[in-house]
Amino acid sequence: MSVSDYLYYVILPVLAISILLMFVRFVKGPSLSDRVVALDLMLTSGIGVIAVYSVYTDQPTFLDIAMIMALIAFLGTVAYSFYLEKREKND
Amino acid sequence: MIDWIIIILSTLGTLFILLAGVGIVRMPDIYLRISVTTKAATLGIGLILIGAAMYFNELGITSRVIAIIFFMLLTAPVGAHMIGRASYFTGIKLWEKSVYDDIKGKYDTKTHELSSSNKNQPGSNGEPST
Repeated sequence: MSVSDYLYYVILPVLAISILLMFVRFVKGPSLSDRVVALDLMLTSGIGVIAVYSVYTDQPTFLDIAMIMALIAFLGTVAYSFYLEKREKND
Repeated sequence: MIDWIIIILSTLGTLFILLAGVGIVRMPDIYLRISVTTKAATLGIGLILIGAAMYFNELGITSRVIAIIFFMLLTAPVGAHMIGRASYFTGIKLWEKSVYDDIKGKYDTKTHELSSSNKNQPGSNGEPST
């Protein structure tokens, strides 16, 4: 069993299952903050999926997309928390 | 040899991400969820990226991976603190079995400024809120 087989048949399905678990919280979450946390965690796990997939396809260019995804996840979390706090202040 | 290192690193990282996924479903409270997911996901992503860097074994890829890990280590606590602060101010309750609320009554509800001295409620100076 080579490395790419192991990554394709073991690692990627486990990552997909964990992203499904996070999606359960994203759908179910009682408040907006739960959904923001779940979305941030899903984007962060997407970085891991991209890294594993770049090893599987032997294309190191995908790691640039992973860096941009980390930037977008951080920006999204900061913007959501900023406007949540601002909305509470204006009420 | 390098194959086994990649397999071990990616397996450990995937286990940590799976633990973060289980933790965000099972934890009873948003603050516990933030605490679980930030730590577990940062360590898991770092291990998977180190495995990818060991697979490619070039200087450009390794420096890129180090930049991603450094950025994640910088931004994950900042984002977790900001969303925790916003959810505390929007009035999300703690879990009913949690024993200690450290900043209860210690912030101004109008300007959202935290203060070490207690101005609003002079009696409750950080006691356990039972």
